[in-house]
Amino acid sequence: MSRLLDVNNLKVNFKTYGGEVKAVRDVSFHVDKGEVVAIVGESGSGKSVTVQTIMGLIPMPPGIIKGGSIKFQGKEILGVSKRELRKVKGSKIGMIFQDPMTSLNPTMIVGKQIAEGVIAHQKLSKKEAKIKAIEMLKLVGIPNAEERYNQYPHEFSGGMRQRAMIAIALACNPELLIADEPTTALDVTIQAQVLELMKDIQKKTDTAIILITHDLGVVAETAQRVIVMYGGMMVESGTVYELFENPRHPYTWGLLNSIPDVEGPEKKKLIPIEGSPPDLFSPPKGCPFAPRCKFAMDICVEEMPGNFEIGEGHLAKCWLNDSRAPKVEQVFAREEEKAIAAGSEK
Amino acid sequence: MVERIEETGKAHTTENLVEIHSLKKYFNIKKDVTVKSVDDISISIRKGETFGLVGESGSGKSTLGKTVVGLQAPTSGEIIYNGQNVLQLDKETQRNVNKEMQIIFQDPHASLNPRMRVGDIIAEGIDAYKLFKGKDRTNRIYELLAQVGLRPEHAKRFPHEFSGGQRQRIGIARALAVEPKFIVADEPISALDVSIQAQVINLMEELKESEGLTYLFIAHDLGMVKHISDRIGVMYLGKMMELSNSDDMFRNPLHPYTQALLSAIPKANPRAVKRERIVLQGDPPSPTAPPSGCRFRTRCPHAMEICALQEPQWKEVEDEHWVACHLY
Amino acid sequence: MVKTANDQLFRPLDPAKQQTDVIERPSLGIWKETFLSVIKNKLAVLGLVLLLAIIFLALLGPAMVPYSASQQSLTNTNQPPSAEHWFGTDDLGRDMWSRTWQGARVSLTIGFVAAFVDLILGVIVGGVSGYMAGRGKLGDRVDNVLMRIVEVLYGIPYLLVVILLMVIMEPGITTIIIALSITGWVGMARIIRGQILQLKSQEYVLAAEKLGTSHPKIITRHLLPNTMGIIIINLTFTIPTAIFAEAFLSFLGLGVQAPFASWGTMTNDALGVILSGQWWRLFFPAFMIAMTMFAFNAFGDGIQDALDPRARK
Ligand SMILES: Nc1ncnc2c1ncn2[C@@H]1O[C@H](COP(=O)(O)OP(=O)(O)OP(=O)(O)O)[C@@H](O)[C@H]1O
Ligand SMILES: Nc1ncnc2c1ncn2[C@@H]1O[C@H](COP(=O)(O)OP(=O)(O)O)[C@@H](O)[C@H]1O
Ligand code: SF4
Ligand code: SF4
Ligand SMILES: [Mg+2]
Ligand SMILES: [Mg+2]
Repeated sequence: MSRLLDVNNLKVNFKTYGGEVKAVRDVSFHVDKGEVVAIVGESGSGKSVTVQTIMGLIPMPPGIIKGGSIKFQGKEILGVSKRELRKVKGSKIGMIFQDPMTSLNPTMIVGKQIAEGVIAHQKLSKKEAKIKAIEMLKLVGIPNAEERYNQYPHEFSGGMRQRAMIAIALACNPELLIADEPTTALDVTIQAQVLELMKDIQKKTDTAIILITHDLGVVAETAQRVIVMYGGMMVESGTVYELFENPRHPYTWGLLNSIPDVEGPEKKKLIPIEGSPPDLFSPPKGCPFAPRCKFAMDICVEEMPGNFEIGEGHLAKCWLNDSRAPKVEQVFAREEEKAIAAGSEK
Repeated sequence: MVERIEETGKAHTTENLVEIHSLKKYFNIKKDVTVKSVDDISISIRKGETFGLVGESGSGKSTLGKTVVGLQAPTSGEIIYNGQNVLQLDKETQRNVNKEMQIIFQDPHASLNPRMRVGDIIAEGIDAYKLFKGKDRTNRIYELLAQVGLRPEHAKRFPHEFSGGQRQRIGIARALAVEPKFIVADEPISALDVSIQAQVINLMEELKESEGLTYLFIAHDLGMVKHISDRIGVMYLGKMMELSNSDDMFRNPLHPYTQALLSAIPKANPRAVKRERIVLQGDPPSPTAPPSGCRFRTRCPHAMEICALQEPQWKEVEDEHWVACHLY
Repeated sequence: MVKTANDQLFRPLDPAKQQTDVIERPSLGIWKETFLSVIKNKLAVLGLVLLLAIIFLALLGPAMVPYSASQQSLTNTNQPPSAEHWFGTDDLGRDMWSRTWQGARVSLTIGFVAAFVDLILGVIVGGVSGYMAGRGKLGDRVDNVLMRIVEVLYGIPYLLVVILLMVIMEPGITTIIIALSITGWVGMARIIRGQILQLKSQEYVLAAEKLGTSHPKIITRHLLPNTMGIIIINLTFTIPTAIFAEAFLSFLGLGVQAPFASWGTMTNDALGVILSGQWWRLFFPAFMIAMTMFAFNAFGDGIQDALDPRARK
């Protein structure tokens, strides 16, 4: 597989009147051609900032890129001018936002917005662009596309707006599609429609997708690889199978233990992660998860854990993976037992 | 007793804390345009149970919740709390009943007054009913904070200094302050992160045990609803579509809409056998002009001719399993 | 891979050291935080400093020179600004510096008093009307009656009110204040009504209602404090409007009467002599009017930005 996107040691801060917020601290990952990579993590963990940096959408000020590199098809796109960026990136990266209403132009008919995207990236006449736009609307499953072409965003329902956004993003045949919580604002039945659509498109066009979500179910069903972020850092990454079956970071365990089991007949006790997400204002010098981690050790507050390689492409930023630490399986098991014990006490 | 609960089920041996009879709530949004947000719904909520209410956005869940606790006057219908018709009580009793029914909201940002300190927010009900004064009031605030896992020093802080989950816990403490018996929780976790959702759900379950609460739990996350509820009702465009205990609902969904809802839940297991998903076509119709007959027929994969002509009856198809669909 | 030196550190952390749910940042009230962001806003600070300077000089300006505002000196008429008379003198030999700040007192008093009356009437009428709207038949009727009154008053130009008032009252400070107040509060009332209507459906208001909080308490605890921002912003517009209106009326001769000086009467007096090159007679009062307008508007804009929650954090 060929490498499409390579992000290395990305650091992004925001200046606020109280000081600097370290929104992204050292994030590295890559996306190959045709692959779906999911990013999960709590709100404020830096997911959106990461992808907005890739898109060159960080407002500066208050944003400051502190370092790192982003290579798209081997060419650096971080810190290059807007014009040059357009040349490198061209029509090759498309983006879908969480709230389609804020990213669609409310005073312009939807069809025109798609057609404009088409014209900006491909040399087509207005008429051809219109035909292509209607084609796109049909592709994303909007019925009566010819009629809908002439409607304004407020005449669309939430799910249809999201599909229109996808149509705009796809209009320029991107090689990479970035979707920032594309279904969070939608109902489950509509979410199912949109996800099916994205999977379908990915299969048909071999577009790579970066999918930000906080729904682990969505991750399991759509992604090949997963990146878990916490406190502006990438704390674990690996294939979906590795992550769901052999997670090696307490935060990932916490996430997996927090979701109810829909299938099983037995009621599983939920084990939440105690405490609140960190304040990125003054992140601790050690592991960002240490204040909430049930397995925290002295070392964790002293020193930032490195990326431990668990298996092929499976990294975990946690001291428990050090040979000197207590055995992870044991600790995890103990935790389960404790939970069961706590459950039976009642 | 029997004729009072006929629409909601058979005459139960279990005691009902809240009964809703033919409840309707219509809004006139423009001249000649009416939204039937809640259209002739009858359910009973048993003492000590968690009744889950699910449905798409705009199906009328919040309206039902707000009407039941008395924040909105119903267009018609009856609300029975502990055997008394809430709409026909004298002022004094009504105030007491009011106190026993509380509500927790979805949006942790909009549900706390940004200009008040957390202590005063929690004491809202204590002050209104003059339950405690001075030092006792302070102690009660600390007690409530501890109950929801917060610290005494948080009483002096303002809401914007807290995270979403903490704010939701403050909202719960505020409702607990007047020692309610019945709480409507209107999507209390929808706005929270997954790991924080579990915190709030566990807290609500603990409080249910310790305070002897009964919940009407509104959500659109079916996984959590199944986890927390004893019985579940499914709403669509202002109507109840199906009602049963939660295991039955998940094991054997009868209504085509429920079936679609369940199959739409993404499973958090990458090796799950990918069964054919029922993807509903189209969007929910406008609530101002619901389809004739069965309201779900425009999206139903099993729609028949009769579905457009006649509204399906609400009937008990299996033991304690109610559904409104012509297939049964 | 970084290898840490100390193997001893691989043992469980003392749970006491691991406090979650602790808020590190110092607690700032929402007002303090607003204040901090106002301070950060250069325009707002500039406006505020200018305003304070004007108020300071209005209070102490006349006392800084040995001439009172009305003291005539016929040997010293029409002097240009000099070391003795900083702003020069007028055609009766009165010290312009002293008169300018004397005039500032009149202008500011009218501005503040008129705005204060607007505020009181506007809050009461707008608050009651907004709160009663949608509360049964009686509520809607109260709202309707109040809003009809507001609508009628809104249509009357204040100049007409002034002229009508002149028939029954002497021109002067009181008349101007009454004239400005009669018509001025309706704008405030409308804004507050709109804001209250919006706040009323906020979930914290619903929660308060559900918890049995009484209506007056809901208004004073939940609704009014949250309209404060908009009230302050609105005040930063009504005060300068009132000041300008006074200057305009005095300029027309309908306002403050001699021996009182106001910026309006001073510009009026200066009109006749401007052609003879006595620029200072017009310049200083006109400049002060402009500066005051600017100061209030800058402060208002700045505070509007600072109160915008989206801009916070
Ligand atoms: N005060 C009101 N005035 C007019 N229409 C209203 C009002 N409140 C609710 N509605 C309408 O009633 C219907 C049901 O709304 P409701 O808020 O109960 O939905 P819901 O099921 O809670 O949805 P969600 O999942 O989005 O919270 C919607 O069509 C809504 O627009
Ligand atoms: N424009 C901005 N100004 C200041 N801080 C910002 C801005 N955008 C994002 N941040 C901060 O960066 C951090 C990460 O945000 P984000 O990437 O949006 O999180 P998420 O993981 O939920 O997408 C948060 O603390 C957020 O407050
Ligand atoms: S490094 Fe330490 S504190 Fe961080 S997740 Fe691992 S065990 Fe927990
Ligand atoms: S009544 Fe008809 S349209 Fe409605 S759910 Fe049943 S089969 Fe579908
Ligand atoms: Mg985000
Ligand atoms: Mg709702």
